[in-house]
Amino acid sequence: MHDVRVAGAGLTAFGHSPERTSRDLFSEATIAAFDDGGVSREDVDALLYGNFMGELSEHQGHHGPLMAEAAGVQAPATRYESACASSGTAVRDAVMRIRNGEDDVVLVGGAERMTNLGTAGATEALAIAADDLWEVRAGMTFPGAYALMAQAYFDEYGGEHEDLAHIAVKNHENALTNEKAQYQSAIEVADVLEAPPVSEPLGLYDSCPISDGAAAVVLVSDEYAAEHGLDAPVSISGTGQGGDRMALHDREFLARSPAARDAGEEAYADAGIDAGDVDVAEVHDCFTIAEVLAIEALDLESVGEGISAARDGRTTADGETPVNLSGGLKAKGHPVGATGASQIAELAALLSGDHPNSEFVPDATTGVAHNAGGTVASATVHVLEVSDQ
Amino acid sequence: MSDDESEVQDAGFDEWLDAAEADEAYALECPNDHGSLPPRRVCPECGATELEEVPLPGTGEIETFTVTHVPTPAFEEDAPYATAVARFGPVRVTGQVVGVNLETVENGLEVELEITVSETTGERVLGFSPI
Ligand SMILES: [Zn+2]
Repeated sequence: MHDVRVAGAGLTAFGHSPERTSRDLFSEATIAAFDDGGVSREDVDALLYGNFMGELSEHQGHHGPLMAEAAGVQAPATRYESACASSGTAVRDAVMRIRNGEDDVVLVGGAERMTNLGTAGATEALAIAADDLWEVRAGMTFPGAYALMAQAYFDEYGGEHEDLAHIAVKNHENALTNEKAQYQSAIEVADVLEAPPVSEPLGLYDSCPISDGAAAVVLVSDEYAAEHGLDAPVSISGTGQGGDRMALHDREFLARSPAARDAGEEAYADAGIDAGDVDVAEVHDCFTIAEVLAIEALDLESVGEGISAARDGRTTADGETPVNLSGGLKAKGHPVGATGASQIAELAALLSGDHPNSEFVPDATTGVAHNAGGTVASATVHVLEVSDQ
Repeated sequence: MSDDESEVQDAGFDEWLDAAEADEAYALECPNDHGSLPPRRVCPECGATELEEVPLPGTGEIETFTVTHVPTPAFEEDAPYATAVARFGPVRVTGQVVGVNLETVENGLEVELEITVSETTGERVLGFSPI
């Protein structure tokens, strides 16, 4: 089996740029990724591209070839759609293609144009990640679904809105030095508690913003990296994917994410590590409660304990296992189709010492990235490790 | 979603709403007693293809809920409203809690199905009314 290395990565700034098309955003991210990696566009064997709402926001389907053009690569290209886990699933397939020897160089990434839809339009577009007949038509929104999980969590394991507020505060704090982040501003617990409610108990500051942005990562085989003398110290050593029933009400658990647990167990086993080896994590915190469910699913916290992890400093930058040093979706932003690939980019930078927050994890060798789709009916987990070339 | 040009129904789902309006709501059950909601030809739990309609109990119990203030455009005029997940025998269902002060919605609340309409679109909405 061939090891898979992160040769280069590029991100656009995440934020509000309603006039920019996804082809423009993705093009910018790929230029940065090729510049960073020193890999020739001509060597790309395939483009795997994540996008969720292109039909609704841009009246555009069939993104694959369009994005290959935007990236300047002559390679077969395929779009991956798994709601907010779109580019996480693209990364997973890229890893498997390189491992099995099919490809040596894969460009993987994603983009999303969202802010041109406005808040109501984006809320509607995001809602289609839920079951249209049984959830959306009953008025359930995406924040509403996570609110149902938050309420169920409080009921089953305890905790309150103030605990969740600490997660938002932490992730904003982490984004202060991330120049790509949508918000580089500190907030306080009181700000979260006093913010307008979106879907109770979740308010405006429990929710990630609506964002435009793109991410691109160049993955290469070990052999390719060696042949071309690439500086690529980080490898993707584990990959996993889990699934669950589409509608929240059809799940066994309302306050847990079995799909993420399955994905995590598979990725850990694949990499030959366990949760105790994880030095740093980027998890899918589209809402504050989502971070709680994620760190419990990844076994970084016991079930019922994740709620207090930020408040008690276990997941803060100076904590035992920092979570979302990039600022997370909450502060970095969440251009849906770009998110999974952007987590890989942030984590690779953190592990190789190239991230403004690398100082908080100077000895880190193992990181985990968790990308969730819908109310976690889809989940991918990847393990990244610093390893000898 | 119906519009002026078409009254196309969603097979399985609209019939279920009709049945619920007639107090004859049902779940689908496979030979292994797994409950599910239509439209469905295969048990999502075990893959069995012999699904039978079984009547839902008249009352359910709210297991979790939220009050939504930022709705999709289809519920613009309805907000704020409470959405809940309630268990009715072999299945859970998502619906809007109607005819109630939003402050009093809580887990454990006993409800019955009540098909209502969106104030925004006039479309039918699966609802729960407290008993
Ligand atoms: Zn069955």
